Amino acid sequence: MRRAANLRRPTHVRRPADDPSLPEPGRLTAIDVLQLATLGLRSRPLRAVLSTLGIAIGMATLVLVVAIPRSSNAALLARLAALGSNLVEAEAEPQPNLPVSFPADAAAMAARIPSVTASAQLGNTSAVVRRSSLINPQQTVGLNVLASSPNLLAVVSGSMYRGRFLQPSTEGFPVAVLGYQAAGSLGIVHASTPSQPERVVIGTRLFTVIGITAPMPVTSDLDWAVFLGWDAARSDLHWGGRASIVYVRAPDRRLSAVSNLLGPTLYPQDPGFVNVSQPSDALAAKRAAQATSSGLLIGLAAVSLLVGGVGIANTMFVAVLERRPEIGLRRALGATRRQIRLQFLGEAVTLSALGGIAGTTIGLLGAAAYALWEHWPVVLPLPVVAASVGGAVCVGAVAGLNPAIRAARLPPTEALAST
Amino acid sequence: MTGNDAVAAQVPAALEVRDVTKSYPGGVVALDDVSLRIARGDAVAIVGASGSGKSTLLHIMGTLDAPTRGQVLLNGRSTGELADRRLAALRSHHLGFVFQHFHLSERLNATDNVASGLLYNGVPRHRRRAMAQAALERVGLAARATNFPHQLSGGERQRVAIARAVAHGPLVILADEPTGALDSRTGSSVLELLLELNESGTTLVIITHDGGVAGRLPARVEIADGRILGAEGLRT
Repeated sequence: MRRAANLRRPTHVRRPADDPSLPEPGRLTAIDVLQLATLGLRSRPLRAVLSTLGIAIGMATLVLVVAIPRSSNAALLARLAALGSNLVEAEAEPQPNLPVSFPADAAAMAARIPSVTASAQLGNTSAVVRRSSLINPQQTVGLNVLASSPNLLAVVSGSMYRGRFLQPSTEGFPVAVLGYQAAGSLGIVHASTPSQPERVVIGTRLFTVIGITAPMPVTSDLDWAVFLGWDAARSDLHWGGRASIVYVRAPDRRLSAVSNLLGPTLYPQDPGFVNVSQPSDALAAKRAAQATSSGLLIGLAAVSLLVGGVGIANTMFVAVLERRPEIGLRRALGATRRQIRLQFLGEAVTLSALGGIAGTTIGLLGAAAYALWEHWPVVLPLPVVAASVGGAVCVGAVAGLNPAIRAARLPPTEALAST
Repeated sequence: MTGNDAVAAQVPAALEVRDVTKSYPGGVVALDDVSLRIARGDAVAIVGASGSGKSTLLHIMGTLDAPTRGQVLLNGRSTGELADRRLAALRSHHLGFVFQHFHLSERLNATDNVASGLLYNGVPRHRRRAMAQAALERVGLAARATNFPHQLSGGERQRVAIARAVAHGPLVILADEPTGALDSRTGSSVLELLLELNESGTTLVIITHDGGVAGRLPARVEIADGRILGAEGLRT
């Protein structure tokens, strides 16, 4: 007498008696599997909702932390594109034993480079600016006092907050324009009016404040500067008059050629001492760095996803225990182990996919609302959405695997006996 | 064990167990060397007190459990060496189970409960409902097709379960105390239905502890302590 097949363990080996003329197990269609997979959800909707909450929260967080920085980046890029990302800055880098600087007509020299459409220059006077002569020159806030060409704002896309900028006609007069932050730190909020003059002390001379610039969109370091006319700086501050920074604009496609020529043009002795850069690049890189610092939040979302997976696994273990009679009945009706496994695995995946879809939807709505509130463009990171729903499905599959295997291994008689 | 050798092997067996022993770890022997041959078209009551081994016998005959020793033949074929998926397919084609507590899904109406019995034996989706409705008609519940279990009486529920067991036209109905949860009048009509199904050709095996139920079937097998005490009315 041969031992009977042990019903508890699956056998994948085709045995001699496994006659192909015997009936084959019926195949379930995709709709059958879906209906089986949603049976438990439909019977206990509240439990289904609660068990998917963890995944939903994880997904919502994930989508939020990805989508919001993207919206803000898109807003920044749009602004940079509008201002023109084609601004190039060339800065003289003084060496310890070599005072590198550009000639007084550096901007005009740069303008002769083919394709350059505009240029402006700044010269660092190294003078000290004070609110009044009563302030100790050793205790100032460290603002840069820069001689500037009158067309600086046009080249760097700047604008005025109060008053007006330096004009060719005021080149030689003791007048100053304050950067936005410089004005704040000097405690000046208005440009001079005939009835109420505002003055600052630069070096040892009084300068009348004729304007305050609005925050610079791209060259934000200029917000901390005080601008003077070139001739006034030379005569009143006894400054040499050599330039230290040159800004040029050129069409996008010619930008690299122009950048390469700036060094040799402005400082032919050693072009290596000229630092050429695109300020918009630096800004974009800085923002990108800020966006990646949300890695911690992504980690939090991942933890929440993990907790969600544990929640689903827990629900599925309980469901398998509760539904033992149903499992027994299905086995008696002719369900194979594989079909039982599929039913419970399908249920876990459906639960987590629903949680994932709900969470992603909430996350997207939240991100869109925040972007609209901030007047940013709404960016829907579709690959991230697809990946996160896919991730939820994977979490469900992993969470459901063990309960599904247990359900499939349950001996039919034991399942039927537990009525 | 069964007499009447003159017509031996004339009627093919629907279900047969040969020298079956079932013992559990710890030395409990539920069935001790049981042999039983149920011919096609028979209606047999397996009678015994609780703990006599009759439920174990039903599970083994229904391939839901494997014997420790011995053979189970379904439709003339030994099932001992078959893989689980083959056994499942055999159950779905040849057997129909009826349980004491009906085992209906509360979420599905009568038709869908019956149709769920066809899920695993390869009946295409679009035909399941029609077959389920036909089965409900056979058990006299055509009018209750869209009712949910909680809207049905106990007798009606058992009729739905019987419809589920016969919807695919099985060779054998295995019924485990089918009237056990019903009052005597309802139980009697359910038994009547099962006998009608037997009249139309389906082999019927009923497990019961109720001598009254057993008395209404043409054949009886008495079982106690895992052994067959006696049998009457069986064809060989």
